Amino acid sequence: MTESHTWPPSLQLLFRQASHQLRLFLRVPVAVFFTIALPFVVLLIINATSGERFLSDTNGDWPVDAFVCVAIAAFTAVSATFTNLANMVPIRREEGVLQRWRSTPLPVWVLVGGHILSAMVIAVLSALFMLGVGVALYGVQISLAAVPALILTMLVATLSFAAMGMAVAAVVPTASAASGIANAIILPMALISNVFIPMEDPPAAIDILANLFPLRPFVDALQAPLHPMNPTTAPQWGSLGVIALWGLVGFAVAVRQFRWNAAPGGSTRRRRSRSQ
Amino acid sequence: MTVPVIKVKDLVVEYRSSAGTIRAVDRLNLTILAGEVYALLGENGAGKTSTVEVIEGHRPRYSGAVQVLGIDPATSGAVRRELRDQIGIVLQTSGVEPEITPREALKLFSSAYRSPRPVSEVIELTDLRDFADQRIGTLSGGQRRRLDLAVAVIGRPKVLFLDEPTTGFDPSARRKAWDLISQLRVDGTTILLTTHYLDEAEYLADRVGMMSKGRMLVEGSPGDLQQAHGQSVMSVKISESDSLGQQELETGVELALNAIPHQASWMGHRLEITTSDTTGVLERLASWAASESLSLSDWSIERPSLEQVFLDLNADDDRGGADD
Repeated sequence: MTESHTWPPSLQLLFRQASHQLRLFLRVPVAVFFTIALPFVVLLIINATSGERFLSDTNGDWPVDAFVCVAIAAFTAVSATFTNLANMVPIRREEGVLQRWRSTPLPVWVLVGGHILSAMVIAVLSALFMLGVGVALYGVQISLAAVPALILTMLVATLSFAAMGMAVAAVVPTASAASGIANAIILPMALISNVFIPMEDPPAAIDILANLFPLRPFVDALQAPLHPMNPTTAPQWGSLGVIALWGLVGFAVAVRQFRWNAAPGGSTRRRRSRSQ
Repeated sequence: MTVPVIKVKDLVVEYRSSAGTIRAVDRLNLTILAGEVYALLGENGAGKTSTVEVIEGHRPRYSGAVQVLGIDPATSGAVRRELRDQIGIVLQTSGVEPEITPREALKLFSSAYRSPRPVSEVIELTDLRDFADQRIGTLSGGQRRRLDLAVAVIGRPKVLFLDEPTTGFDPSARRKAWDLISQLRVDGTTILLTTHYLDEAEYLADRVGMMSKGRMLVEGSPGDLQQAHGQSVMSVKISESDSLGQQELETGVELALNAIPHQASWMGHRLEITTSDTTGVLERLASWAASESLSLSDWSIERPSLEQVFLDLNADDDRGGADD
């Protein structure tokens, strides 16, 4: 009797999982606070204290407040993907939610995809919110020609940072360690990546280091099409390449190391070859 | 009724830990037929959860063969999905996000199955009505266990795995859970149950398997196990006798029951005998009484509880285990 029924369409399942994750996000006040409210407040504070300064980069001058606003838009997208997933997935693992789903016929890719898709939606919405604040308060201008590069940048970056978040979620031992580890990775990276402290002429070592990690390339790639003097409407392929490479590494680690349950005991042995 | 739904052959499960390799399940064989309720019992560390997790496909095995509904649970992809559609699992350690309500959870879980039960039907079935729209985070442990059960049956499973399903229930909730499980059994669901509550196994199970140290100690219906491995307590009153004093009565009984393993104790004229051979005791005692012109009255035979069988068998195994 069961056999006559067909499986529900995979895309429908994926959207259901993603909207479930979005609903959960909205019901966890601390997640909303750290992802959107806190960066917003930081943005207001930095710009209230930075005055009418200008930064020079290779393409010309930026008003500091607009520069910081776009950088923080990138940072919120990273919080929504990397930090959120690295935090929440281990919590769900400890709550037994992942194991619960693994007992059902839901394909694994749909479950993981739902987490990632919802994180990407939150990332895009919160980045748009920051850019909207930039347009309203800090003179950020978004031309139509910049949109394709912005979309591509957001797509590559949110997907890659989501993969890195899943990698951290896979390797952290416990949920309580996860939040510390995720912040220990992302906050120092933000400090050298022009997010909170825009650096006009950083020391060469910091510059090289920042460009090896994925956050600075993301900030650069998002700022380039929005430059007030010389916007570059072509995608920043070099920066996107660095981000995507980190994303692939994250993906590989996540796939290899992912655990379904919080197992305090040792690992199960599996015989390499079976006689039958 | 005679189709095997779960087949386990020579199953070995090993764990690697800092203390070395531990063999949790040691060449276990198990067959569960369609429509059966099978209870797997054992002390903590006996290997029952490891066994069940391998059968569910949640844990890799070291060696051996396992089939559920003709499918190896260790397979992946479409075949695994097919199997998952037909089984329901209540795990000890599984959960649902505390931020949503039971109704939302059931709606979401039902979407993963091909032919789910309606959410409202499952809410009725598992008695979740009163808190179906409360956040799961506000529910008690017992209420959450009921939700676990609800999630496990939402897909209309042919095989249901229940790992200690009533832990944390109050007596009335436990009775309701038993009723639900009995009802599922009537519908033809095959159920593999692990439990610490022997009365639960006695009440629900068609067959019981007792595990110790990764091996199957004994298997059978609760009644068979009680008969084969337990000691019954028989009690009888022996009439006053003019010719026999108390000492002679006791000697007479000992001689009559000479060949039967038993323990006797006296309280005046009331005799209490603990034995596994109740029929033998009955026959010998009756013919002895007849030959001495005594009458026996107030008979009672108390069968051993499954719990007593379990404790005795484990104690025996521990003594035997010292030689391994």
